[in-house]
Amino acid sequence: MTTSGIDARQESILTKGRQKHSLKCDTDSIAGCVSQRACVYCGARVVLNPVTDAIHLVHGPIGCSSYTWDIRGSLSSGSELYRNSFCTNLQEKDVIFGGEKKLAAAIDELVAKYRSNLVFVYSTCIVGVIGDDLQSVCRQASQRHGITVIPVESSGFIGNKSAGYRAACDALLQLIDTAPAGAKIPRSVNYLGDFNLAGEAWIIRGYLEEIGVTVNTVFTGDSSHDGLRQTTRAALNIIQCAGSMHYLAGQLEERYGIPSLPVSFLGLDDTADSLRKIARYFGDETMLHRAEELIERETQRVMPVLENYRQLLQGKKAAVYVGGGFKAISLIKQFREIGIEVVMVGTQTGRPEEYDTIGQLVREGTVILDDANPAELERFMKEQAADLLVGGVKERPLAYKLGRAFIDHNHDRKHPLSGYAGTVNFAREVYSTVCSPVWDAVKERGGLPPWMTPSSAT
Amino acid sequence: MLDCTRKDSKERNSGGLINPAKTCQPIGAMYAALGIHKCLPHSHGSQGCCSYHRMHLTRHFRDPVMASTSSFTEGASVFGGGANLKTAIKNVFEIYQPDVMAVHTTCLTETIGDDIPSIIKSTEVPEGKVVIHANTPSYQGSHITGFSNMTKAMVSYFSEAATTVKKEQVNLIPGFVNPGDMREIKRLTQLMGVPFIMFPDTSGVVDSPLTGEFAMFPKGGTTLPQLADTGNSKMTLALGRFASSDAADLLAKKCQVPEITLKTPIGIKATDAFLMALRSRFTREVPTELEEERGQLVDLLTDTHFHFHGKKVAIFGDPDIVTGLTEFVVSLGMIPLHVLTGTPGGAIGSASGSFEEDIREILGPQTSPSNVKAGGDLFTFHQWIKNQPVDLIIGTTYGKYIARAEDIPLVRVGFPVLDRSVHSYLPIVGYRGAMRLTEMIANALLDRADRDAADEDFELVM
Repeated sequence: MTTSGIDARQESILTKGRQKHSLKCDTDSIAGCVSQRACVYCGARVVLNPVTDAIHLVHGPIGCSSYTWDIRGSLSSGSELYRNSFCTNLQEKDVIFGGEKKLAAAIDELVAKYRSNLVFVYSTCIVGVIGDDLQSVCRQASQRHGITVIPVESSGFIGNKSAGYRAACDALLQLIDTAPAGAKIPRSVNYLGDFNLAGEAWIIRGYLEEIGVTVNTVFTGDSSHDGLRQTTRAALNIIQCAGSMHYLAGQLEERYGIPSLPVSFLGLDDTADSLRKIARYFGDETMLHRAEELIERETQRVMPVLENYRQLLQGKKAAVYVGGGFKAISLIKQFREIGIEVVMVGTQTGRPEEYDTIGQLVREGTVILDDANPAELERFMKEQAADLLVGGVKERPLAYKLGRAFIDHNHDRKHPLSGYAGTVNFAREVYSTVCSPVWDAVKERGGLPPWMTPSSAT
Repeated sequence: MLDCTRKDSKERNSGGLINPAKTCQPIGAMYAALGIHKCLPHSHGSQGCCSYHRMHLTRHFRDPVMASTSSFTEGASVFGGGANLKTAIKNVFEIYQPDVMAVHTTCLTETIGDDIPSIIKSTEVPEGKVVIHANTPSYQGSHITGFSNMTKAMVSYFSEAATTVKKEQVNLIPGFVNPGDMREIKRLTQLMGVPFIMFPDTSGVVDSPLTGEFAMFPKGGTTLPQLADTGNSKMTLALGRFASSDAADLLAKKCQVPEITLKTPIGIKATDAFLMALRSRFTREVPTELEEERGQLVDLLTDTHFHFHGKKVAIFGDPDIVTGLTEFVVSLGMIPLHVLTGTPGGAIGSASGSFEEDIREILGPQTSPSNVKAGGDLFTFHQWIKNQPVDLIIGTTYGKYIARAEDIPLVRVGFPVLDRSVHSYLPIVGYRGAMRLTEMIANALLDRADRDAADEDFELVM
């Protein structure tokens, strides 16, 4: 591909040290682009889906529900109800005459079947257009069944994925606002922005409990109706995935006076810093002491392993293309811990301040880009000679086609990448893909079979 | 517990679905459009649709899937998506330079009533480039309907009857199958010595080789001259009524190309029918190679028939595939106890309920009738199995929850298969495809027998 992108894209790409303009981000995609971005519904669904005991009912035609059926990879210690796919399956006649009755009937049917205390009703594009009154259908269903039925305003076209995060947070706030106030739990936190992919939130919960912090509820990994209703009892909110949870944290502070603390449990340094930060916040010497012990012990445990990987991986180059800015920032640091420099970094929904941080972190010559399309990813991976791409589902085969290694840092991740255990998993995953012998078939002789010479190849 | 389905059947009247066995039209249209050479599918709707379809197809094929989107915003949905589509057309040809841009609609753009043909007409398209479209409202039919609609669009945009005498060539419409199946159908036709045009043809697109280069448009796909030439063919073989017959009907109407609609050639009977159609219309003899393949298949079926006889099986998936599979397992002596598709019974505009009739016809007179349903979901399917257990499930990856809950082996066939690879490269059609299916089914049953055997019953030779 010779297509580097149209003029309008130029402002969304920069190379550190070469340009003066700041990166254009947080804007709508250009029509006609092969964008890797998703929609409002997608944003809302990924945030709420890990609420394990809820009925997640998608109000719309079948697609939106079928594509999000159990794709999140977030684990549950209790109910598995969230792993089913519920849809009103709107048909042509519903589009013409309205889907409210069908929605009400679907809620009744599902509540009778599953006896859940919580139903999230997701609005899809079409519902936004035909104008079903979700608020009123949900309110009536709540009263009818004596449970919580919350509409999620997630019509796909009303914004981008970030707007979906906000819609999800609004839905969560409805659940929290209607809960009775409970007594504060001393030294307790809500852990925001961990979706318990591959059990990550469990690892962090273990650390926090060890140093004497009670984890009140997680947003939203392995969470439940009852747990989320206890939200306001926590003394502090710690936020990991700021992209999706920034707004919720702000609201919880405003409405309930719960302060928040940004944290990151990705990589050795961030994990240690975060544990110390939390302990310092509570101003508890014992807690701080325990944190230091934990940090010392775990660091000792994983360092030799990481050092081994660092030697094997030193000098390799990585490209990063992920959903949010927070994840990109963490990855840059985490790669550095195993001797790898990030030479290209981009996000779907990064915010200006996150891009500033990225700009400070990376070294000169690194390409930074927002809302990249496949042609751009290809071009910069090649130009920057990246050995590895970190991305999501759609990026994987692209990297492979280019003969580059890949790791999934999204829903399809198979091992926890958080905390100390995560640093080892991360290094192992990077190693097992970057140093796999399968790339020999691509790299040796330019991937040509033995009977062909480069000149005879067409 | 992962199993959230209860055995007792409560009547469900809301029309909602629990654990669907279908998805929406646009993804089918996107897949079909990938089967045109140098074509960029375009999703006219919100960004999420395009993203989800690409993700889903990528997971199934494990290859890059390229498609652009109109990236709808609130404004577009109020004032119409015309401006977005116009910008998109301009950008697509400027940036990605495909030969064809295949626009499909979404529920959003159908509902706000965007008039796609007028928008395309009033937009400047670069010389030699083409924009085609299909209406694919998600609130009708399923992904199979969408595939059918985009295939139909290929006929309405491209097919031309340019010659008075039809050419000695056949149009092959393969339906919503894997590239491995398309390759096998082409191989059979080649061996029969009949020139052909297959459309759509995703082989070489979503199963392209790794070369170290990323090709936005891989080498495969039906070319535009080929698509135009479909109007000059002597006949069309539509494989699979649901995915392929609408396009064949249109081609018959538009270019007077006679059509035969056959079952997707799964198993001996359907493959025989396919070859016989070619043989009789083109007066060709079936080559020794294919006779040998058929003979081998018959041989291995007799070698293994006692593993299959009387075994109860539950089958779900897309209607054409399920119909073919049902016919095949019946020929093995198995009993399809539950047969379900998520796609509504008839293609849009045709009499509904015909999937069920097709299956009933294959099953023949039964002492205790099997469960057969079109437009069903996997909740129903699971309840059937809970009430009448089976020895084997054949279906997509979504069957794995039921397989686990009920401890029944699952043979993965159809779309989507998200948790296994290689499947899209290898055929289930033709005699070779039947051999592969036989192996898959036998292995599943025998692995289970090995696992469950008591020490004294555990056998070396089976």
